[in-house]
Formats: sequence, structure tokens, C-alpha cells
Amino acid sequence: MDLTDRTEHLAFRQEVRQFLDKHKATAPEETAHSFRLSPRPYTDTVKAWQKLLVKNGYAGRTVPKAYGGYGAEPDILKNRIIADEFFAADIPQGLYSQGISMLVPTLLEHGTEEQKKTWIGPTIRGDVMWCQGYSEPNSGSDLASLQTSAIEDGDDFLINGSKIWTSSAHITPMIFCLVRTEPDASKYQGISYLIFPMDTPGIDVRPLQTMTGHPSFNEVFFTDVRVPKNAVVGGRGNGWKVANSTLKHERGMLSNANGSLERLNKISTLLKKEMLDGRPLWENKNLTDRFVSLQARVQAMRFHEMRLLTRTKDGKAPGLGDMICKLLGCELNHQLDALAIDALGEIGVLYDGIPSAKEDGIWQQWYMYDLGLIIGGGTAQIQKNIIAERGLDMPREPRHQKGS
Amino acid sequence: MYFGLSDEQLMIQNSFRGSLERNVTLDSIRRISTGDEPFDGALWQELSGLGMTALLIPEQYGGAALGLIEAVVVAEELGKSAAPVPFVGTAVVAPLAIMLMADETQKSEWLPRLADGSVRIGVAISELASGARRGSGLTEENGTLTGTASFVIDAAGADAFVVADRQQGFHLVGADSPGLEIIHSPTIDGTRPIAELKFQNVQASGLPQTTSDKIDRVLNAGRIILAAESFGAGQEMLRQAVAYAKDRKQFDRAIGSFQAVKHMCAEMAAELQPCQALIWYAAYAFDVMSDDAELSGLLAKSQMDDVGRFVARTATEVHGGMGYTDLMGLHFWFKRIGFNRATWGAPEKLRADAARLQGLG
Repeated sequence: MDLTDRTEHLAFRQEVRQFLDKHKATAPEETAHSFRLSPRPYTDTVKAWQKLLVKNGYAGRTVPKAYGGYGAEPDILKNRIIADEFFAADIPQGLYSQGISMLVPTLLEHGTEEQKKTWIGPTIRGDVMWCQGYSEPNSGSDLASLQTSAIEDGDDFLINGSKIWTSSAHITPMIFCLVRTEPDASKYQGISYLIFPMDTPGIDVRPLQTMTGHPSFNEVFFTDVRVPKNAVVGGRGNGWKVANSTLKHERGMLSNANGSLERLNKISTLLKKEMLDGRPLWENKNLTDRFVSLQARVQAMRFHEMRLLTRTKDGKAPGLGDMICKLLGCELNHQLDALAIDALGEIGVLYDGIPSAKEDGIWQQWYMYDLGLIIGGGTAQIQKNIIAERGLDMPREPRHQKGS
Repeated sequence: MYFGLSDEQLMIQNSFRGSLERNVTLDSIRRISTGDEPFDGALWQELSGLGMTALLIPEQYGGAALGLIEAVVVAEELGKSAAPVPFVGTAVVAPLAIMLMADETQKSEWLPRLADGSVRIGVAISELASGARRGSGLTEENGTLTGTASFVIDAAGADAFVVADRQQGFHLVGADSPGLEIIHSPTIDGTRPIAELKFQNVQASGLPQTTSDKIDRVLNAGRIILAAESFGAGQEMLRQAVAYAKDRKQFDRAIGSFQAVKHMCAEMAAELQPCQALIWYAAYAFDVMSDDAELSGLLAKSQMDDVGRFVARTATEVHGGMGYTDLMGLHFWFKRIGFNRATWGAPEKLRADAARLQGLG
């Protein structure tokens, strides 16, 4: 155990601090968080900030220069230092979107030279936004059962079918999408991963109003949508493999203990400042007990993530420790939101849009949004299957036998 | 940054794991738990030989001068095997109290013999660590102690006791001191007897360097070690539950293929895993970052106590009726976890302390 920075990392931390000192005036007020709660096109300020971060290696850090990135060697500790320093300075870090977190690593791993050259740069700079066409009305947890078809027609595919839970599809110009190109192949063999513009004729996007009041998801319908064959990423029929490398990135994206720590710190301030009958809230022992209980969980996740960093750096393959992060991280955030709402009492039912409720109303938003995250990206129950079957080597659910 | 065990720490882990796997069996645990011997003397000799008793003690007194993180590594293994030997009192809290608060004469008298395992020291600090119940507590007057010390850890066969009085004083008291009555009691954990000490004007040797900071430090170390032990015990219960669920068949399939069972195991694994990092961090903070040490220790034990209770009951439940029997022996770990939870501060008390420490109570 040695949690101090070695020389190289000590210097790097100084470098990040100096950058933040110098540029914090130009940082946008809107954080990546606010774009998640309520998806909308990035503002010019946000895009300018993102470009500055890419140029200095604080976003798109390991993406090769040839594709518009910074071209640094992967160094997981430096990533951590960047995250910690931006967090400590309360300055928004680089954008995280499905395009940046999922498509870019996938293209780097499986894309053609032309696909990489065309899409990676604009994506990491925030100029092109993407949505993910995976889930279908009848293919949720059992994603590989998807039915949207892409039938060969000359140099093109003709796509028919529909997608659901497609985040941001109402505002993104591009989609990465799973379709069935080989109807006769087995379930996992017949899928291809396609990228194409959302303004292709035949695409109909219908926003799904969610419980938060913000349309973040959509239904997307495809009727004879014509997409050239060179839109396939990673080879025809390889879509399941390609998608799984992407899902791996999504699972990593959904948990981050710094975000939980940020919520915890806000609740600490709330308990100290908010008065009830003229007395500070922290005098309520039930609230402080819940606070400390969640604090222990937040700290446990932080240190657990540090431990995983070390394991990764040592070249250890992802294991049980990695598989639990999505399940625990999402649930933890949800419990933090719940504590904040309870501490606020009747103020806690105020909603955003009312000026006086701006700060307080956000907790209700988070409470609902985080429930969405518990369900999305593989429900908590699917996560438990993964933990048990892959992490603990327990037997799989028997496949249903025909006629039984 | 390196958040993991060093090669030397892994060697310590391996040597203790190997020895405990060879020497601790369900039969040996059951023999101690139901018999007259308070602990496994042969195992004590074996583990002392491996350095269990010398871990924290400085080299000049014959110790290994290691940190609390190494003691945590050993405690995890002791918990995993439900080893019926004293550790947290005589090998951690007693030597630390003496190292931090004793004078040179006291150190020279006790530390070398603690290090080589030739003496054991029980620890009577329950009133300080958990709060006094039913009138217990000791009063010091002119170098003598009067009153009752409850819930004394590692008392069986102890040569002396480290004792806390009501006025934040610490003392060393020989087990054969006139006026001292030692009343042994069984606990739910048959491998962990405790004692009540009754003092009637008993001569005590005060530890002159005692301060409230040092007391907090000693308590903190004890709590972190209890948490580490419970972590090891929880890991073992999970391992047994998973093994049983893969082996036991009902409705023509392993019960571990039913989601109801699978999810119980997944929840145990998910809850347990991060506790280890939390405990390691607390020990690391104890060793090198004293500012963050006390809060980290309070969080580590309170969290592990809660997760421990969840794992202990859930792992038992996965075993069905067999989990409830003595035959499986699963209850030895169940009881060790329950014992550790109550010892030196249950979670509610620790969380209240943690809240106060950060201006929230």
C-alpha cells in the first residue's frame, strides 16, 4: 500500500492544477451531469471547453493524434488524477456521452481506417453526438434476441424494425445500431453493428416522456432505411462481439465514486445549514446515522475503485471486483438522493423550474434518474446474474427446452 | 499510488493461510468451542512461531516492527479459518497500548515476552470502547483499582491485563494480583471466552504516557482488526455458500442455478468486496496518515459489522436447514461475526462517534 504519488505523477498533478488555475474562468457552468439529466445539443461554450481539454490531454487523452486525440500512453493513474483534480476544483471534466464513452473505444478496436478518421475526432470534440440503437421492445435484458432486420439490397442494407430506450435520439445526428443481417444464422452470429446518420429517409423518432419530465429516451422506427454496406463496424455478423466490447465500456461509465462523493458532500452541507424549528438538521440522529452509513459506503467504493486501478495496472484481468461496480454504484447514488429528499422534508417535493427550488429540486430529478440507471445498462437483477455466473462461477439458468 | 499488498505482505498472507489450513479443522474448532481449553495451545505456539505475536512490536524488543496493515492481513486469515486463538487483545491492543503509553521499564518487562508469545495480556477496555453497562467501571485511587471491568478480551490464561479506568487512565495489572477476581464467561462464540474482572484495591502499574489521542489510536487499531477478522469470516461464509449451492441439487438442478439463490450470493459478494478496500485503507491511514485514521476506522468497522451481519445470515440461509445444524459448523463463523460486531463499539455507536468527529453531532 502506498497512496502517495511518485515523481512523475506528482509533476502531472501540478500540471493539471496549473491548467485549471489558468483556464477556470472559461469553464462552462453546465456540467456533463446536466446534459445527462436533460439531453440537448452542446452549447458553443461547452464545445470550446471540450476542445481545450482535448488539446491539453484532459479529454480523449489516449486517442491517437491521427484521429484527433492527444495520443498519450494509457496511464490509469493519470486519468484518476485528472478526475480528482477537476472534481476538487469543481470544474466540469470532459464530456461523457455514449459516443465518447462507447462508440470511440469500439471504433478504435474494430473500426476501419476510414471510419476512425471520419468519426473519432468530431465525436471527442463534441461536434457530433451519437445515440445507441440496441434495445428493442421485445429485446431488453435478452439483447441478442433483437429482430430489427437489415436485408442486403445491392450495395446497401434495407433496415426495418424498431428500437426503444434510445437516449438522445431526438437530438443526435448519428446512431450506432445493432441489426440482424443474417436471419438464418444463430442468435449471436447473425448480428451486425452499423453506424449511419439519423436523417436517413425512413427513420421516425418519437420521444418517450420519462418520469423526470424530460424526454431523454426515444422510440426509433425504421422503414426501408437504406444504409451502405460500408457502414458495418467490425465485420458483418460480428456485431455481438463488437457490441460486447462496447457494453464493457458502458458498465464502466455508469459507476464513479467521485460522483457519489460529490452528492455526499452536498448532503453534509445540507445537514449543517438547513434548519428545522430553528435547530440544524444534523441534530436529528436518524439523519446523521443514515449519513454516516452512506459515507462508509461511498468511501468503500472509492477505495475499491483505487484497488481496481492498481489491479488493472498490474495487468490483472477484470473480475468479480469490476462486476459489482455498476450494481453498487447506482444503488448507492439512489440512496444518497433519497437521504437528501428526506432531509429536505416538504421542501424535497419541490421540482425544478421553480427558481427557489433550483438547488433543492435537483434531488428529485436525481432520485428518478438514478432509478433509471439502476434499470438501464443491464438491470440490477441482470448484474446479479453476471456477478454470480461469471464472478462466482455459479451455474447458469437452464435454457428452456422445447416441449417441456 | 499502489492500492494493494506488497510482496512481503503477500508472503505473510501465504504463510498464515498455509498454516491455518493445515492446523485448523472443524473438529479442532468444535473441540475448543465445547471443551474446557480456552483456546488451541498448539495452534498458538505454531502461529507465534510464524510471528503472529511479534507483528507490531519494535525490533529492539524482539518484534517485527510491522504496521497495522500487516496485522489486518493476518486478522483476515484468522477470521477466514475461525482460528480458536487469542489475537486482537494480546497481539494488537495490549502491545500497542504498552508501546504508546508505557515507560521504558514497563516496555522492557512486557514487550519482548509478548513478542515471543511467552506471555499473554488480556484487555479490559470495554467500558471505554463501548460504554459502561450496569454499573461497571474502575476507579483509580493512589495506584490501586476498585470496581468491575466487563467483557475482558483474551482473558483466559492471561498473565496480565491492560486495564482502562473511568478517568482515562491505563494500567497494567498482573493476573495474580491480590484483590483481583477473574470470572470467566462463555460467549456465543465458543472460541472467544471473555471474563469479568472484579477489583478490590488492586495494585496497578499505571501507563504514564497515556493521552486521549493515544487511547483513540489504540481503540481504532482494535476496531480495524475486528473488522478485518469479520471480513475474513464473511469471505469464508460466502465461499461455503457458493460451494454448497453448486453442489446441492433440488428439482434436478443445482440450487445455485435458481436466481433466488444466485442473487443472494451475488449480493453477498457485492457487499463484501468493497469492505476489504475500506479496511485496508483504514489500516494504511492508521500507519501513515493519522489525520484520516480515526474516521476511517469508525467507518470501516461500522460498515463491516453491517455487511457481516447480512452475509452471516444470508450464507446460512443459502444452506437451508443444513446451515442451521451444528453438523456444517457454519455457525462458528456466524458467531465470530456476531461477536465482533458487538465488541468495542457496535455500528450505531461508531456512527454517532463518526458524526461527532465531523461536526454532525
